[in-house]
Amino acid sequence: MRRFDPTRWFVPVVGGLAFAYLLVPIVYIFVFSFNQAGKTNLTWRGFTLDNWRNPCGAPEVCHAFVNSLQIGLTSTVVATVLGTLIAIGLERYRFRFSGSANILVFLPMATPEVVFGAALLTQFLNLGVTLGKPTIILAHIAFCISFVVVTVRARVASLDPALDEAAADLYASGAQRFFKVTLPLLLPGILAAALLSFALSFDDFIITNFNSGAEITFPKFIYIAAARGIPPEANVIGSFMFLLAIAIVVVAQIVTYRKRERAQPGTGVQGRVGL
Amino acid sequence: MSTAERRQHSRQGRLGYWFVLPGFAFLALFFALPVLVMLATSLFAPVPGGGVGAFQPALEFSNYTEVLVLYWVPLLRSFAFALITTVAALLIGYPIAYLVAVRLRGHRLAQGLLLVLIIAPFFASFILRTQAWKIILSDDGLVVGALKALSLMPPGAHLTATAVAVVAGMTYNFLPFMTLPIFANLERLDARLIEAGSDLYASPWETFRKVTLPLSMPGVLAGTLLTFIPAAGDYINASLLGNNRNTTMIGQIIESRFFQAADYPQAAALAFVLMVAILILVMAYVRRFGTKELL
Repeated sequence: MRRFDPTRWFVPVVGGLAFAYLLVPIVYIFVFSFNQAGKTNLTWRGFTLDNWRNPCGAPEVCHAFVNSLQIGLTSTVVATVLGTLIAIGLERYRFRFSGSANILVFLPMATPEVVFGAALLTQFLNLGVTLGKPTIILAHIAFCISFVVVTVRARVASLDPALDEAAADLYASGAQRFFKVTLPLLLPGILAAALLSFALSFDDFIITNFNSGAEITFPKFIYIAAARGIPPEANVIGSFMFLLAIAIVVVAQIVTYRKRERAQPGTGVQGRVGL
Repeated sequence: MSTAERRQHSRQGRLGYWFVLPGFAFLALFFALPVLVMLATSLFAPVPGGGVGAFQPALEFSNYTEVLVLYWVPLLRSFAFALITTVAALLIGYPIAYLVAVRLRGHRLAQGLLLVLIIAPFFASFILRTQAWKIILSDDGLVVGALKALSLMPPGAHLTATAVAVVAGMTYNFLPFMTLPIFANLERLDARLIEAGSDLYASPWETFRKVTLPLSMPGVLAGTLLTFIPAAGDYINASLLGNNRNTTMIGQIIESRFFQAADYPQAAALAFVLMVAILILVMAYVRRFGTKELL
């Protein structure tokens, strides 16, 4: 006799609805990127490819986009390096202050963006620093580091220390072991952390708004434009980044999956970008 | 421990400091120090006869009592909205995570594709997506039109500019932060434990309630924190989807105290109150439900 099992239908139905909820705005953004919009992009006026042919058609939109890419890439590189080093240091070595170190990693994540942004702004104001791209980058590095530490640390914890010892037995120096054993094994975790870090930076508005001065970023451009109507070119860039993200993750999955399959057939699933 | 081993260990210990030093120096300069500067600024007093935005160091504790008296309603509302958002995101996010991690276990392609769909909206700019909701739910949008045509909504009613819209927007925006940690947790869960449940004649629901759910609590804890904290400080959803009467959140006030009023001490005091309130709530929550696996 089958007993009542609510999870059988409940999970796929609710899961499916939840995915619809996640994707409705994306579909809307994508569809309206093909709209023959005038100044505002509120009602459907007919299909056109013009926005995709000339995504820089609206004033400032590409400037804002390029700024966001620069800021995102710079802060991702720095935050990933600093965060990865912290993750290895905290997981591999014993410290006198490991308790306070853990708190210093946790606190930035437990601080709402509006507080983080306001705190940095008061510091920059008190020091008389001019706000602009450098202050945005500093702010983004600061809030991305902790997310990198947490992501990479999980990977460090799952590393087999015997591999490092084996390399030492084979007379590899500390630097050789780090660059030839530890780092390659951590790479999937580091890439996942970098991807997360870039996503957080690229999409950040609140901390950016506090520390950007007159400088513009893509989210800031959209926020300002929202008052008078977002141009369809912004939809083109949003859709493009969405598709690009899917492409990057799919390619990363295929590559790591193949590598794993070649090394240890049947365990490819562990090679997935571990977000 | 032999002398050689001990020497090895202490050498490694010193090496460890070099690993963490650059990152922690950065966090000290651009997180810890700013928070202290903000704390100091929250006690500043206006320069007598000075213009707007001119303040000097002082110990003006009345900044705190003033902001609490003026803004306790938006402060409490922010926590209430954040709490509802967290519960809603858990109710939606857990089934997604369960579907992808447990039901589709072994279907690597489907798992990968669905996981990408959870992460990729991050890249399509959350303000753009929130604005899309605003247009979809607007008075002349599809949803309101359909609801009114089916007489499910009275003619004069709105969906946007309401508290419901703000909470729904936040739930939408923070859903991936809830789903991903739960997914990461459920994915590592040993499938044999679930099988053992059914071998012992537990119904699937009992197995879920007594095996899967308790084991996934670290993921739930991380997800609820990663949703609640940004939700409590958010002001984008409230300013795009809310109104000026009964949806104002504390983040909007901190922002306007800074930029419109140039009242840095009061803005700093309010931000500090928000930070401390969240930390107290988080610590109580982690102590009650927490594990060491958080970090």
